[in-house]
Amino acid sequence: MKRHLSKLYLLLALVAAAIIARYQSSIGPYYFQIIMYIGINVILASSLNLINGFAGQFSLGHAGFMALGAYTSAVITTSLHVSPGTAASYPVFALALICGGIVASVFGLLVGIPSLRLKGDYLAITTLGLGEIIRVIIQSLNFLGAARGFTGIAKLSNFFWVYAVVAIVIFTIANLVRSTYGRGFLAVRDDEIAAEAVGVDATRYKIIAFTTGAFFAGIAGGLYAHFVTYINPSQFGFLRSFEIVVMVVVGGMGNIAGVILAAALLTILPEALRAVAQYRMVIYALLLIIIMISRPQGLFGQRIDWGRIWRRLSKRPSPPAEGKT
Amino acid sequence: MMLEIDNLQVSYGAVRAVKGISLTVEQGQIVTLIGANGAGKSSTLRAVSGITKASGGHIRFEGRDITSLPAHGIVALGISQAPEGRMIFANLTARENLAMGAYLRRDAPEIEKDMEYVFAMFPKLKERIDQPGGKLSGGEQQMLAIARALLARPRLLLLDEPSLGIAPILVRTIFEKIVEVNCQLGTTILLVEQNARMALSIAHYAYVLETGQVRLHGPAAGIACDEDIRRAYLGEHC
Repeated sequence: MKRHLSKLYLLLALVAAAIIARYQSSIGPYYFQIIMYIGINVILASSLNLINGFAGQFSLGHAGFMALGAYTSAVITTSLHVSPGTAASYPVFALALICGGIVASVFGLLVGIPSLRLKGDYLAITTLGLGEIIRVIIQSLNFLGAARGFTGIAKLSNFFWVYAVVAIVIFTIANLVRSTYGRGFLAVRDDEIAAEAVGVDATRYKIIAFTTGAFFAGIAGGLYAHFVTYINPSQFGFLRSFEIVVMVVVGGMGNIAGVILAAALLTILPEALRAVAQYRMVIYALLLIIIMISRPQGLFGQRIDWGRIWRRLSKRPSPPAEGKT
Repeated sequence: MMLEIDNLQVSYGAVRAVKGISLTVEQGQIVTLIGANGAGKSSTLRAVSGITKASGGHIRFEGRDITSLPAHGIVALGISQAPEGRMIFANLTARENLAMGAYLRRDAPEIEKDMEYVFAMFPKLKERIDQPGGKLSGGEQQMLAIARALLARPRLLLLDEPSLGIAPILVRTIFEKIVEVNCQLGTTILLVEQNARMALSIAHYAYVLETGQVRLHGPAAGIACDEDIRRAYLGEHC
């Protein structure tokens, strides 16, 4: 199918991430933190988009996968006493992230299995429950710091690591769903019975969506843990899952670019609203309500029509700042 | 014998929809299942395509037992279904819907040929090729569902209520196309239909179902003349 992302794109994105990472210290710490959160949220939202947006399996347990990745990778790097900057830190960190992703995807498989029997609201409640179970189990494990949290994680995440994963997750998901094979995801989402009736193995697609989505959520958790250097179970509660779902819904279910933009926007928004101090969460919530009323299909709908935007921009050199809402 | 159904039973929880139906479909024929609402016609068809699981009995396709195969495995054997209520992929375009029909095929040039064939058959579809399936009218969706099923190049085509919810004038067109598929492509067709008159006019053989059982079967022409059938299903007084 058209609009395949080539390997060249991936290479260029990785090189760009590496180059920017060299100069990351010239970015102010506050802005740098926001940029890192944007990257991590883009990974989380894009991976959830595969499950919710493309495969149509409404999952509310993404924070649980993130927690698994965060704790797994943190245990690995701290028990190996990796310190940032050393030559050994890079392969060990990569390995730790991948292990975190694998542990998360194993649980993704466990969560995916009920999705074969449950639909809609029931699946949402089940995944919500499983996400909470993961959190509660971590909270009761003393060697993970229990409710006190896990301290002393090496600050290994930098711009390169986060945005390299951003590039990889976009590359993987775009090529997965835009292939002829990947249209099976859309078919399962639209009508599972009809999908089966044309020969799509719906079970396999759902399992792939859950394991792949959970894998990247686990890696995002690892990146997060090694950026904030302190994690505790309450960071991975239901609200975190909910924030990620909101990013997907606002960006448009199954819209890759839309979800990336929404993840960035919704990360920046609470920061930009700091000026109005105590009202910011009220305004944030209000904006979400307005978006959902006026654009129920998400800010950007199913697909962003770049051609139309370009035509409009080139016709009017100074576009009015009306936004997309 | 292309399809053999032996003592098929289908239950939904405690409700027994099909209570031991046996029937056969011969290669190259159009066989129709007629009967009132709730007679078990659709359930029988869905059991053949694997969408609904049989709770008893056997279904054999070209001698092979397919009773416990999953739906996608049955498509791979050469059976495809245009499901009741059409079940179009609403967010995929008409072309993408058709491409999904050929999901298991890897012969791109032949798929392209088949696309041209169904567009020649249903010119309306070609006009709406880039429209999302959900935006098509009821009749167009029905054509799309049949066309999509054809793109799997089935040897046995299952049609579930193709006349349901579409304009009477279109019903005739659709039935003409069904005959065309049968004659030109040699596809065997198992047709479930409430419009008994229409179904009997194109079928070779017919089964009359009543409360989950076969009440009567025989060549379609004979069934159409049967006194009781005329009164019960064709609304005629003799």
